[in-house]
Amino acid sequence: MIRTALLVAGKDLRIERRSRVLLWQVLPFGVMALVLSGLALGPAHAGNSSAGPGLFYLVMLLVTLLMINRSQVIEGSSGTRTSVATLGLDPAGVFLGKALALAVELWITGVVVLAGAVLLLHTALVGSAEALPSVLVILAALAAAGTLYGALSGGGQGPATLLPVLSFPAFAPLLIAGERSYSDALHGGSLWQWWLISLVALVAYLGIGILLYGVLEES
Amino acid sequence: MSSPTLVVELSDAVVLVDGFPLLSGVTLELETGTLNVVTGANGAGKTSLLRLLGGLVALSSGSGVVSGVDLRTGDRRDLRRRVGWLGHEGSFYDDLSAKENLTFAAKALGRPTDEIARVLDRVGLSSRTDTPAKRLSAGQRRRLGLAWLLLRRPETWLLDEPYATLDDEGRTFFDELIGDVIRSGASVIVSAHDPLRSNALSPRTITLAGGLVVSDRS
Amino acid sequence: MIKQLSQRLLGPVTLALLALTFWLGLWVTPPDRIQGNLVRLLYIHPAIAWVGLYVSFGTSVIASCLYLWKRTRSTIMDRVAYCAMEVSAIFITLTLITGSIWGRPTWGVWWAWDARLTSTAILLVFALGYLALRRANDDPELRARRSAVFAIIAAINVPIDHFSVDWWHTLHQGATVFTQNGNFLVHGSMLWTLFLSLFAFTLLFFWLLRARYRLEVLRDQRYAASLDEALAQRRREGVH
Repeated sequence: MIRTALLVAGKDLRIERRSRVLLWQVLPFGVMALVLSGLALGPAHAGNSSAGPGLFYLVMLLVTLLMINRSQVIEGSSGTRTSVATLGLDPAGVFLGKALALAVELWITGVVVLAGAVLLLHTALVGSAEALPSVLVILAALAAAGTLYGALSGGGQGPATLLPVLSFPAFAPLLIAGERSYSDALHGGSLWQWWLISLVALVAYLGIGILLYGVLEES
Repeated sequence: MSSPTLVVELSDAVVLVDGFPLLSGVTLELETGTLNVVTGANGAGKTSLLRLLGGLVALSSGSGVVSGVDLRTGDRRDLRRRVGWLGHEGSFYDDLSAKENLTFAAKALGRPTDEIARVLDRVGLSSRTDTPAKRLSAGQRRRLGLAWLLLRRPETWLLDEPYATLDDEGRTFFDELIGDVIRSGASVIVSAHDPLRSNALSPRTITLAGGLVVSDRS
Repeated sequence: MIKQLSQRLLGPVTLALLALTFWLGLWVTPPDRIQGNLVRLLYIHPAIAWVGLYVSFGTSVIASCLYLWKRTRSTIMDRVAYCAMEVSAIFITLTLITGSIWGRPTWGVWWAWDARLTSTAILLVFALGYLALRRANDDPELRARRSAVFAIIAAINVPIDHFSVDWWHTLHQGATVFTQNGNFLVHGSMLWTLFLSLFAFTLLFFWLLRARYRLEVLRDQRYAASLDEALAQRRREGVH
């Protein structure tokens, strides 16, 4: 399972490095979404807003949707899918590999968007740095959940409108946990319950994915 | 019970996808180590038959055994590992190079990666090793698909319209390769619009229409 | 014989019990000391929430698990999961509506960012997502498998959602029927009417589920007939 996971993650990241979609499309989208958030807040609030953590996670949810779709689309045409199906890869390993690659991509985007939040929304640098570990865990949970929902919504071959409907209710607790833990890192406060929610969600999605990804893949 | 000399045994096999019968009752027996060509018009069910034999779609009714795996009760994932598939749309990752695609397949199958150079040479792609698959011509992409199969060495080769987009040189190369595969003991099932023109190969030709076998000539 | 009788009586008994609940709730039970006549929502809102959030959603999840387990996999389980989730979506919507009607005079707003309200709304989106997922897949087996996995994910999300929103913020009134020690907070005719409403609405769920299930069987029969016709037509293509 681990061998398959590393193989699939390596393949996905290599394709991403070649196509540069992350660099030229997803990162500019993330930064632009942050700028639009500032514009929506208005000139009085854009620079000194306490909404920074919430906006950061909202932007990351939108980025996650894009990246889930991308993660499924790179599996290629039905011919490629058929050929890869005949390799008999362990579905649990495929799930873990795709989730790992998606997590790495979200981590890279997350760090850039976090820097953007410090620069554009004036969230405190030290607090944002303190929030980084929780950001990484929540983005990993989003990656695990996203990989599962990507397969559920048709693996890049189903209707694109289905993915947000399916995934947003599951992303809600992660958005709350992320916003709260980031705010707590900025203003000080107890973090344990948000860590608990993030870790439970991460473990739950990894567990479901390992057990049930094969059921979703098989057609 | 499956006979050891038969690679395919289908009886009244029906495949339904989204409520449409792609195959409407195919009864067919194919012997191990032979070349079989499935012909028919567009929509006759050629690709669906190949997909059924590869465990890539489920059998809706009827019965069938392929490479010893029961299509109703057996593990279709196990069957998929035994077959090799070459589709007419391209069967690899477009952003990866020829070598990277084969490395992925070799590692997935637990095969040594040092066979890759030999296989690429065999299909005439040794000068295109580092070219991304999307920059290869249609014929070269078909050859890359074959290299993927040569690396795999499957028991059963399922080739979906492999002659489309091939020039005469490519067709001759393909015929030679299929001949080698048959001699090595593997079974080959090819789908094609028309019967094979090759003089070197003497296949059994099965014609489909409306998801049924309408003629069978050796 | 007994089964047939109980199936025939399910509808009339449910309607009679619901009528009795409404009569007791609207005319016999007294108004509350603080909430006045608003308390009469006690005989509808908790019962609807009980059916929507627990009975029907739970039935759908259990049927989904049984569908995924190979030994109990059958079309029956898939149908039960689907029909129960449809009933659940309607009852969760009604829970939110009756909750809002209760909330407006109590909190002064139709919607508040309260823990239970928010997590119930999230659960409704899960139920609607389940129904959308079914509509997006035409292949019966693929549809059954995907929706079963989604129902299980939704069920696992329920406590995660609940605790996250609960820790986030809460306004909702505390437990209505029991104290934390398990003692009753509601007494006399109010208590019995409340229990009657829970029972009557649970029966209503089974009645609706049965009716919906029968409709689904008819749909499947029509689908099977269309498949036979499609198969015969396809075979004719081969003959000519």
